[in-house]
Formats: sequence, C-alpha cells, structure tokens
Amino acid sequence: MRPFEYIRAQNPNDATQSAADGAIIIAGGTNLLDLMKLEVMAPDALIDINHLELNQIEETENGGLRIGALVTNSELANDIRVRRNWPVLSRALLAGASGQLRNKATTGGNLLQRTRCLYFYDRAMACNKREPGSGCAAREGFNRILAVLGTSEHCIATHPSDMAVAMRALGAEVETLKEGGTTRRLDLDELYLLPGDRPDRETVLEPGELITAVVLPAPVEGRQTYRKVRDRASYAFALVSVAGILKIEDGRITRADLAFGGLAPKPWRDTQVEAILVGNRPTEELFEQAADQLLAEAQGLGDNDFKLPLARRTLVSVLTELTQEARI
Amino acid sequence: MQTNLMINGTQQQLELDPRTTLLDALRHHLGLTGTKKGCDHGQCGACTVMVNGRRINSCLTLACMHDEDEVTTIEGIGQPDNLSALQKAFVSEDGFQCGYCTPGQICSATAMLEEVKNGWPSHVTDDLDGQADLSTEEISERMSGNLCRCSAYPNIVEAIRKAAGEGA
Repeated sequence: MRPFEYIRAQNPNDATQSAADGAIIIAGGTNLLDLMKLEVMAPDALIDINHLELNQIEETENGGLRIGALVTNSELANDIRVRRNWPVLSRALLAGASGQLRNKATTGGNLLQRTRCLYFYDRAMACNKREPGSGCAAREGFNRILAVLGTSEHCIATHPSDMAVAMRALGAEVETLKEGGTTRRLDLDELYLLPGDRPDRETVLEPGELITAVVLPAPVEGRQTYRKVRDRASYAFALVSVAGILKIEDGRITRADLAFGGLAPKPWRDTQVEAILVGNRPTEELFEQAADQLLAEAQGLGDNDFKLPLARRTLVSVLTELTQEARI
Repeated sequence: MQTNLMINGTQQQLELDPRTTLLDALRHHLGLTGTKKGCDHGQCGACTVMVNGRRINSCLTLACMHDEDEVTTIEGIGQPDNLSALQKAFVSEDGFQCGYCTPGQICSATAMLEEVKNGWPSHVTDDLDGQADLSTEEISERMSGNLCRCSAYPNIVEAIRKAAGEGA
C-alpha cells in the first residue's frame, strides 16, 4: 500500500472540503482498502467519516425511511421496519457478501463500491476505468462475469451491488452534501453514469460531494422478492439478479417494479419491461415478452453469452413466483 | 500515528503507520498471533475478530480507524485452561484439520450465535419476521465468510450446533 495521510473528519463539511481537495472518503473501507493494497487506488489522503452522525435510520414524514450513509449493511438488513415493509431490500442485503463484510460495509460505500472486473483489479492489464485511454482487456478476455447491457466499446464492467438493485426497484434517492454546504437529491438512475467513452467516471457526484443518506419512499402494496443467481450458494457476486415488486388486482398486474443486477454497469431498470406487464394478466407468454424487451439490446461477448438465457429464465421464474397466487 | 485500542479488556496504546491494518497491529505490534492472515483481502475469514461485539475482517480495516474501540480476539475468547464452549465443541467434534482457519471460525461463530439470539435473519431464513433455527443450512449460510481449505465443514457445523445447544 502506498503511503497516505490519514485525516479524521470532524463534521460533514470538513469531509467534503478534504474530499474536494483530493482526499478519498473512507467509511467501511472493505472495498477501498482492498483496492489500495493492490494499488489500483493510491490516494494521497484518506478522510475518515466513520465518526460522523450519519448512522441513523429515521422515518420520514410521508412514511418512508431515511437511511444514514454510515448505517451498516447488517443494521439495514436487520432493521425490523425494512424487514416488514421493504423486504426486497433486506433480502438483497442478506444475499450480498459475508456476515463479517456486512458488519463493516456501509450504505453509502455499498453504492459507491467499484466493479469486480478482473481486468480493473489487474494492473498489468489495459483498463479504461483504471487508466483512461489504455484500452479494455476484458472485451476479448475472460468476460464471463461482465455486462451485457449498457456497455460501450470502452468498458463492459458490471456494478457489483445487490443492495443498489433493490433500492433501484424501490425508487430510492440519495441525499448528498457538496463542498460549501449545498445539498441535492438524486435517484439511482441519475446517480450512476453509463461508461460511454469515460468509464472512469462512474457517478455524477462532484469532487467533494458526499452521500449523506438514502431515502426510501413509503412502502408499496404487492409482493417483493430478490433472486440472485451466482456460482456458489453464498458469498459470491451475482451473475444475474432480479429485484421484483409486483401487485395484482382482479387478475391483472397493476404494479411491476423490476431492477436487475449482474447485467449492466449500473443497477438496471427498464420501464418498457414494466409497461409490457402492467395492465395484463400474468401468463408465461407475457413474461417471455417482458424478457424479450429486457434483452432486446443485450450483447454477449463470448464467455458471458450465457447471461442472456440466464437473465430470461431468472426473470420468468421471478415473475412466476410473484404471481403464483393469482395464477392458480 | 497514536491509536488506543481496548484489546481483550486491556488498554493498548500503539504508534502506527496509518497503513497498518488491524490484523497487522494485532499480530506484529501486539504479538497476538492467534488471529491469522489468510488471503489479506477479506475473502477467507481467517482474520475474523470482534470489534465492539461485531465480527469483522481485521485485514480490511485500518487500526487507526478503531481508536478507542473494543477488540476481542481468539485470545480473549478463551485460553488453554479455560476454553469457551465453542472452543471445547471444536475439539470434541473434531471441527478442524490443519487448524489455520479455526481462530477465525471460532471468533466468527461466537459473534454469529449472538446475531441469531438477537433475531437477525439470514439469506436462507424463510420468514424475515420470525426466529431462525440452527439448521445446517442456516449455519452454513451464516458462516460462509469463513473458508476451510481442509473442508472440515461438516464437523465445524456440528461443533457450532453443539455449543449453541449448551448456551455458548
């Protein structure tokens, strides 16, 4: 690990000031320190925000939940309100990482974790995300775990989070604090950038901008589930995952909020997939149409071709599970 | 930089390079070599310790981030003449082969049983609102952050179940 200056933030504005000056913000550190050991990231300074008062989960005026950026993945997954009213989020969190990592990883850090693309991690390999302009060794390399949607010729990395996939389905927003004290709210679609020709730019956050909380809207009616398909039964990243919230009234689907992990550089949501489902009776034929739409522009690069049929089957299976009672 | 840690009930004052992980502080600066370094990247769990009662990977955190925190290592869980229930069960159930992952397994399981007592669900718990049992499936899922290269998993699971039954 390269030497760095360690600074402990006294308040949120202190953190944004240091970060605007080039320090990297450290919270749980479970991904950042790994990257620093490999010298994929080599910051001159770390600003430690762990002692700031950003670790509360509070109810909002309209029945939602404001989750402080430093709430750990364990605390969030185990919060009884989340378990009862936003179960897709608990399920996604519990499907991610290990008990030890969930105890350290934070809500803000989870959103901003880096891809696990093997070529990003290997400094001997070309990677436009790690070193802009150097090329992408993954395109013609071992790309089995990499993205099939939203990619560019410059980058095919996936976003690795499970939590963010559930939050995307739930319509969560992040609250941020910029240097100078201004705040803003972004939904997760706005937060994340697609790689285009600048895969090193992953979010719209400005230098120094700190995620202070994630806000969940009020609970919605319907069934919720998170399905994760991976190489081993536990403690592995998703090859494909689906977060689904689905409601049926009088035999027809009236709500279908769906987000996907393992397929794209950001937690993926396609409102056209949802539009195909809403208003119709749940049939396997309809589910196949939804999968057709999801994968209309999907592109495999060899090793990851299997993700297309896998995503199709996973989506159909999740929709079948969520509509089971209505279909009997 | 100066860091104060409460380790196994004893206050320790350390002068450390900020790069020092909690794992290296324990092993190299305090001689607490029960905590093991396996992968050093948070993938194997050999370095598991408890910080303020919660199990974490000590390789993936800096010692200086834990100023004034309480750390429990395998040395604080039990000693040869005073083994914890889990340590005894690992011996009686033969819950290891080479033993390298064992301190991490025991620290992890000690904290995991508290998580179960506190009603934390896991990925394999059917009812998010109910109390989880200690089935093989539940124990395996909750212990998935601790790898055993010798694959002593069946006996590790039995040891944990036995200790839990005795109120570890």
